[in-house]
Amino acid sequence: MIRLSETNRILSPRSAPASSFAELVRRMNIDGPLLGGILLICVFGLFVLYSASGEDSQVLINQSIRLGVALVAMLIVAQLPPDFLRRWTPWAYLLGLILLTLVLTKGAVGQGARRWLDLGIRFQPSEAMKLAVPMMTAWFLHDRQIPPRLGHLAIIALMIGIPTFLIATQPDLGTSLLIAASGVIVIILAGMSFRLMLGLGLLAVPGAYGLWHFMQDYQRQRVLTLLDPDSDPLGAGYNIIQSKIAIGSGGLFGKGWTNGSQAHLEFLPERHTDFIFAVLGEEFGLLGVLGLLVLYMFVIGRGLYIAVNAHDTYSRLLAGSISLTFLVYVFVNTAMVTGLVPVVGVPLPLVSFGGTSMVTLMAGFGILMSIHSHRKLLPH
Amino acid sequence: MKLLSPIKDHHSERRLFITRVVLASVVSTILLGLVIARLVQLQVFDHELFAEKSQGNRVRIEAVPPIRGLIFDRKGRVLAENLPAYQLELIPEQVDDIDGTLQRLAAINLIEADDIPRIIELSRSGQQFKPVTLKFRMTDEEIANFAIQRPRFPGVDFRPRLVRHYPHGKLFAHAVGYVGALNTNDMQRLESARYAGTSHTGKTGVESSFENDLHGYAGYRHLITNARGRQVPADSSELLDSLPIDATPGPGNNIYLSLDLDLQRVAYEAMAGRRGAVVAIDPTNGEVLALVSTPAFDPNLFAVGMSTAQFSELQNNLDRPLFNRAVRGSYPPGSTIKPMLALAALETGATNLTRKSVCIGYFQLEGDDHRYRDWKPRGHGPVDLHDAIAQSCDVYFYQLSGDLGIDNMHEYLTRFGLGSATGIDLLNERPGLVPSREWKRNNFRDRDNQRWYHGETVIASIGQGFMLATPLQLSSIVGTLATRGTRMRPHLVAATEDPITGDRRLIAPQSLGNVGISNTFYWDEVLEAMHDVMQGPRGTARAVGTGAPYQMAGKSGTAQVVSIAQDEEYDEEELEERQRDHALFIAFAPFDEPRIAVAVIVENGSSGSGVAAPIAKAVMDQYLGYGDDTAE
Repeated sequence: MIRLSETNRILSPRSAPASSFAELVRRMNIDGPLLGGILLICVFGLFVLYSASGEDSQVLINQSIRLGVALVAMLIVAQLPPDFLRRWTPWAYLLGLILLTLVLTKGAVGQGARRWLDLGIRFQPSEAMKLAVPMMTAWFLHDRQIPPRLGHLAIIALMIGIPTFLIATQPDLGTSLLIAASGVIVIILAGMSFRLMLGLGLLAVPGAYGLWHFMQDYQRQRVLTLLDPDSDPLGAGYNIIQSKIAIGSGGLFGKGWTNGSQAHLEFLPERHTDFIFAVLGEEFGLLGVLGLLVLYMFVIGRGLYIAVNAHDTYSRLLAGSISLTFLVYVFVNTAMVTGLVPVVGVPLPLVSFGGTSMVTLMAGFGILMSIHSHRKLLPH
Repeated sequence: MKLLSPIKDHHSERRLFITRVVLASVVSTILLGLVIARLVQLQVFDHELFAEKSQGNRVRIEAVPPIRGLIFDRKGRVLAENLPAYQLELIPEQVDDIDGTLQRLAAINLIEADDIPRIIELSRSGQQFKPVTLKFRMTDEEIANFAIQRPRFPGVDFRPRLVRHYPHGKLFAHAVGYVGALNTNDMQRLESARYAGTSHTGKTGVESSFENDLHGYAGYRHLITNARGRQVPADSSELLDSLPIDATPGPGNNIYLSLDLDLQRVAYEAMAGRRGAVVAIDPTNGEVLALVSTPAFDPNLFAVGMSTAQFSELQNNLDRPLFNRAVRGSYPPGSTIKPMLALAALETGATNLTRKSVCIGYFQLEGDDHRYRDWKPRGHGPVDLHDAIAQSCDVYFYQLSGDLGIDNMHEYLTRFGLGSATGIDLLNERPGLVPSREWKRNNFRDRDNQRWYHGETVIASIGQGFMLATPLQLSSIVGTLATRGTRMRPHLVAATEDPITGDRRLIAPQSLGNVGISNTFYWDEVLEAMHDVMQGPRGTARAVGTGAPYQMAGKSGTAQVVSIAQDEEYDEEELEERQRDHALFIAFAPFDEPRIAVAVIVENGSSGSGVAAPIAKAVMDQYLGYGDDTAE
């Protein structure tokens, strides 16, 4: 097995000292453009977070430490060759399922939900599932016929459905839908026929009806509130109303960094976590928001580029799923904060304050990097 | 390692994948485009709307209460002022254990244990950052005591504020009145914008009747607040620059009363704690010079706030200290109405200056056994009108009543102002009562009682029966006698003053017309008789008036206590005391050029000339410069 990086070394044995940094990056299996895009988002995010937290440097330090840990996780994952990942995928998936079951039986309860597992450190198995589900789906399709046949789709439906169901019962509807999406993206990329998608889409109508019954009261409230936020301005609609005021009052250029009155006067709830996008909109205006979205699009685009250039089915599907799931995160969060979709607890990736999801995201980027730098030197 | 699955066609698979990625990119672009379109809508098209909303969000208007006007006496001495006082406050959100904190405060006697449930209720109901007042006014000792222990009480602190203060305490309790904490009734009655931020309002006396002048106008200022309504320190933000301009409060007008502090004190002290009232007015213009109702109370208790126990003690006190007897106490006027009836009888021809009656100590109507007694059991012998007034012979007036008749009595007494409120600038004045045939018809259900009986005319002639008058009305009547028929509306407030410009608005004396008795001989005769009451050889109050350095006139009165609640808690002695006659006295001086008219009532004082007259004399002495402490 010859890696591209090794080939380069062979082809240019005396690499110039000037390019020694590039060489180091390559040897560490890092994808420069992807890392650059990610770091730009993170730095921008830290600025916004500093303001959103009420200029609390402690929050800034915490977030920086988490970023550091997550970047290290990314680097480690980047060293694992895709083949290695693929071989271990079923085991990782199984372990994830076991942990999810454990969460439901003996997990720690917080905020009315049972999401955490205390194994020395508290962690959410559902986070691991965000990667394990698309990996498992890609693993299953790796040496099967593409586009997948109906029977295979049924098996995949189970692979996606079981963890989705387990997480939804925690209850964590937001995460479970995102995990289902990451799996579904794999089969869509794998070429599932549009006719089938249309049929399933039609099935979704009674499905949505069933989901409504499955929802907790607070979740239903969120859907209803989206339809008419003014119906409950001090209750469920408060978040959306205040975040719309924050974003709208920001205008084209924003009120300036740390000058957002909505955020600094505590009108905006969850301003340094799920609603941090509103702080960005208030203080940096439309231009700042577009800037961040451009950075996100760049990262997603680079991910899709990596997927297109991947050399095997598993890598391709996984890279595509990771990139597009990232897009789903961005879309759901920004659409929620601007009042386009119901409030589901989805953080703005790489910007919102929080630990576990950051590590998962970075590990995903690590996989992308690994896929890109471990391409095999084979002709198409 | 297996590189290729045999059944897979790598080229077609990659082409399919690329197609799907392109499709996904298109979908992604559409989704992000949706978000961007939404952002443009919010941030560009609806920007102004949201900018306005965010402005409204953070700016809160806080009312700034005006400073209440001061009240002065006629010589500019302060009767009601605003003093800074330290009040003890608790901020609920800063106290972990409110109950425990209150218990410990009660243990060091800063609050009363009885008050704890009420305070807990208050601290739960309001906004958590708004202070709850634990004690309105702390003594220096309490402040010192608390200052030492303050570290034990996080979230509890003292803060200065302006508290209404009445430096003369009980002296002006009824005339000036007091302010008290706003209650729900007040909130409905008062204009909410003017009272924003205000905690107290006038409840009685001038404080209440001139509330509109005293209160002023609330101002407001803009505060930058956070979502919980808490003020954000001004220096923390540049947001302040864009705020609208604040409105400064308009302070209340100062008020100058016609009351005289020294005269008021003399009147109050002359009452010596007995139940009753003293009202002195200037008969030429109606200015009230003294207005005392006793027993009184300390109005500062209401301004500062008192415990429930203190309030119920005031309210349940048998002597009713909260009751303003001067304007609300209705008493049978007794013989004090005799001068008016004498004038009426002369004017209507019911009697003349020479007609005499022989007083044998009682009077009987024809065909009736009932004896209407004179106060002097042996009788006064033959008396004319002059003697009947000076010696207060009842029998003369009993006989006169038949000729005068209730209709004339009612007519003339009403002309003097009896039976209707004087229109003084105090609220809730009682009108008194002059009975008439019509009044009986309208106010009794039973047919027998609707008739007017001759006997009722007889007792009405000495101010008994249904007839009622307030001390204020009596002072007004004696003033009208002093001016020979010119009625002036009594008033307490002489001027109001704008505290900023210093502009004063004088309140002009207001005439209420004339009683319409023009024959000066009649006036001469009646007033001369009143003079002899006090300074004649046989006057009922000659013991009081004889030897005085000035000439005066007066009339005593004794009113039977009609009925008394037979409460079992009275002990014998007290019961007996409370069934004694009320003592009344009206007087004016100097005789030739009257400057002061006084009415005095001492409840259960027995003797008008013996008990009430010396009080009236003391007041006149003081006002005319012959008082004990006016020598210098």
